[in-house]
Amino acid sequence: MRPLAGGFAGLVFGIGLALSGMLNPARVLGFLDLAGDWDPSLAFVLVGAVAVSMIGVAVARRRPRPLLAARFGWPTADRIDGRLLGGAALFGIGWGLAGFCPGPAIASLGLGIGKSLLFVAAMLAGMALYRALLRPRSQQQQPAP
Amino acid sequence: MNWALYLQSLCGGFLIGGAAALFLLLNGRIAGISGILGSVLEPRSAQTSTNLLFLLGLLLGPLVYALLAGHLPRVDIAAGAGTLVLGGFLVGFGTRLGSGCTSGHGVCGLARLSPRSFAAVGVFMAAAIVTVFVTRHLLSAGVS
Repeated sequence: MRPLAGGFAGLVFGIGLALSGMLNPARVLGFLDLAGDWDPSLAFVLVGAVAVSMIGVAVARRRPRPLLAARFGWPTADRIDGRLLGGAALFGIGWGLAGFCPGPAIASLGLGIGKSLLFVAAMLAGMALYRALLRPRSQQQQPAP
Repeated sequence: MNWALYLQSLCGGFLIGGAAALFLLLNGRIAGISGILGSVLEPRSAQTSTNLLFLLGLLLGPLVYALLAGHLPRVDIAAGAGTLVLGGFLVGFGTRLGSGCTSGHGVCGLARLSPRSFAAVGVFMAAAIVTVFVTRHLLSAGVS
């Protein structure tokens, strides 16, 4: 059941990306271009997503466990350190260059766009290089957000 | 002001947040795309089948949208191959180093009121805005 639930959540996520406009790098760059012809529409995506996600978090915190798993995997990291801020800065630069973040890049693969494939291949290479060079050795599991 | 477009974006956001809430309440997990994608690269992850199906669903989402809406969603990629490769590489490396992206830190972390996620979102939004300013207004001044 868990993989099916995951697949359904992914599907809803992907439909949301398509409906919201986040799937389109031109819209994303228009949103990030404060000094140009600013398109504020994608701020509504974040507001809508965080609002509903907050309801999910509030319900989850009142429940002993998720419906299909033994426990909630709440992130445990709490330090704001160089890794967090440096990683976020590199991610932001890449996002601003291409207009893709990981979700829309993967979702757009379904439309058979060659440029998306190129971006995703480079993204996987970046993840693999991180894993080879810098992954914390003490942890098998990547610290979640 | 294009209120129809804003409403559409808001509804898309509701679906994205709903997907994150479902993944949390059913599977007990944070719907962070970079984390899910990174875990697939871990051979010993116990969640591999869930992660792969999540990614498959994500990839099929725009096609289901196209069936429902009667048209394909727009994806306009102006960047050239070199920019896409550099951008993709930085996104991959940076999201793993910083433990999350727009979904994990943005949609899920902000909803949990995580101080780490507020810091990360502030930094990646600022870095992206500065990058767009430099590429659109400084480097290509007078061209576009």
